[in-house]
Amino acid sequence: MTVNEEQGMRLELSEAQKEAREQFRTFARERIAPHAAEWDRDHRMPASTVAELRAQGYLGAPFPKKVGGGGMDLITYGLLTEELGRACSSTRTLLTVHDMVCNALWRWGNKYLKSEFLPKVARGELLGAFALTEPNVGSDARSIETEARADGDDYILNGRKKWISYGELADVFLVFAHCEGKHAAFLVPADAPGFSHRPILGVMGTRAAMISELDLEDCRVPAKQLVGRLGFGFSHVALAALEQGRYSVAWGSVGIAQACLDACLDYSAKRTQFGAPIADHQLVRAMLTRMIAETRAARLLCYRAGYLREHVHPGAAMETMLAKYYAARTATRIANDAVQLHGANGLSDEYPVARYLRDSKVMEIIEGSTQVQEITIPRYPMDEL
Amino acid sequence: MDERKTKIKEFLARFFRNHKLQDEEDIFALGFVNSLLAMQLVNFVENEFDISIEDEDLDLDNFRTVSNIDALIERKIAAEA
Repeated sequence: MTVNEEQGMRLELSEAQKEAREQFRTFARERIAPHAAEWDRDHRMPASTVAELRAQGYLGAPFPKKVGGGGMDLITYGLLTEELGRACSSTRTLLTVHDMVCNALWRWGNKYLKSEFLPKVARGELLGAFALTEPNVGSDARSIETEARADGDDYILNGRKKWISYGELADVFLVFAHCEGKHAAFLVPADAPGFSHRPILGVMGTRAAMISELDLEDCRVPAKQLVGRLGFGFSHVALAALEQGRYSVAWGSVGIAQACLDACLDYSAKRTQFGAPIADHQLVRAMLTRMIAETRAARLLCYRAGYLREHVHPGAAMETMLAKYYAARTATRIANDAVQLHGANGLSDEYPVARYLRDSKVMEIIEGSTQVQEITIPRYPMDEL
Repeated sequence: MDERKTKIKEFLARFFRNHKLQDEEDIFALGFVNSLLAMQLVNFVENEFDISIEDEDLDLDNFRTVSNIDALIERKIAAEA
């Protein structure tokens, strides 16, 4: 998406962005989509797929090359996220949480973290997971119960974290805690003393995201692994990471919506009822029209958020939240209609739409629930479009 | 310097409705600032004045008043020159 000063806003991708999208689409179609149902069933993501994502440069893609990232512009990154999300939400989740940790280190890491951890995370050699949510704390994230106390050159962490995507696979965790009455963020390696995790099974959506519960029992972390300064763990570290996460979830939601639309166009052309393809029935056409319009509207909001983020515009946070809010709701609505359009077939695992519906619901809960965003969005002025 | 302060005030005025902000007023004490605004303020300062706010700059006093924000920008520009 480019802006020509004389002609005004040109809402089209560059040739390089179109080419990149084609590459992402081919990779997702050939290497991810054929396995998504199986990974979902097995509740796991194979290490070989993570290795492929790393080899493709898809982990840490939007961060500068000088810190080990892929140097990808944020619109291209959005296209990557959409294509992976279209094929498999669990795969997209890996990028989401990993890049949230990378964002925190890049944005607020001290010199030690930037030299010792950031390059490895940005290259995907170390996988990151984001550990904010707790058994008793979801939307009210400021009330986290995990505690940290200083002990010489270390901090000692005690508490539990829950619903941590890729907790079973990650090498490093961005853990949020209270310390001396202030919010703090720490980079905790999976092999830190006192740190353990166990899988959470039976979740509704993104089942292959290897979700964990974490235990921190007198977990010792060097003080130099404090991310940002004491007191800024939530307001700056968590929020910057969450903005990154929302941008990813917004595009991933567009991916789900597009996948539903693809499935419905295909099914409605082939499925015959009352002597005609169901695509010829007017109520089905109305359903398809809503899917097309809403998917495109959500994608446009993502483009807008990406454009502002690319330009480090102060309004980017709110536009990103709006994009995530609308795209996640759209994905759920469209996935719901997609199952309806498929009838009994939509309820079975012979078709992907049931998985899309399960995955879409997750999008309305993670990285700020729909309701929390409905409380927040009207409080902040947005720039005129 | 006054031009910088004016820009800072214009940015904050979008959030501080019906309040004419003074240079030395504690923006946190006014009750308008929450986490989202705090983060947007950092992005604004970086983008508008072409500086980088690092983890060592994360001190509430640096962002407490328009004058303090202006002083932080002044120091960063001098350090990055």
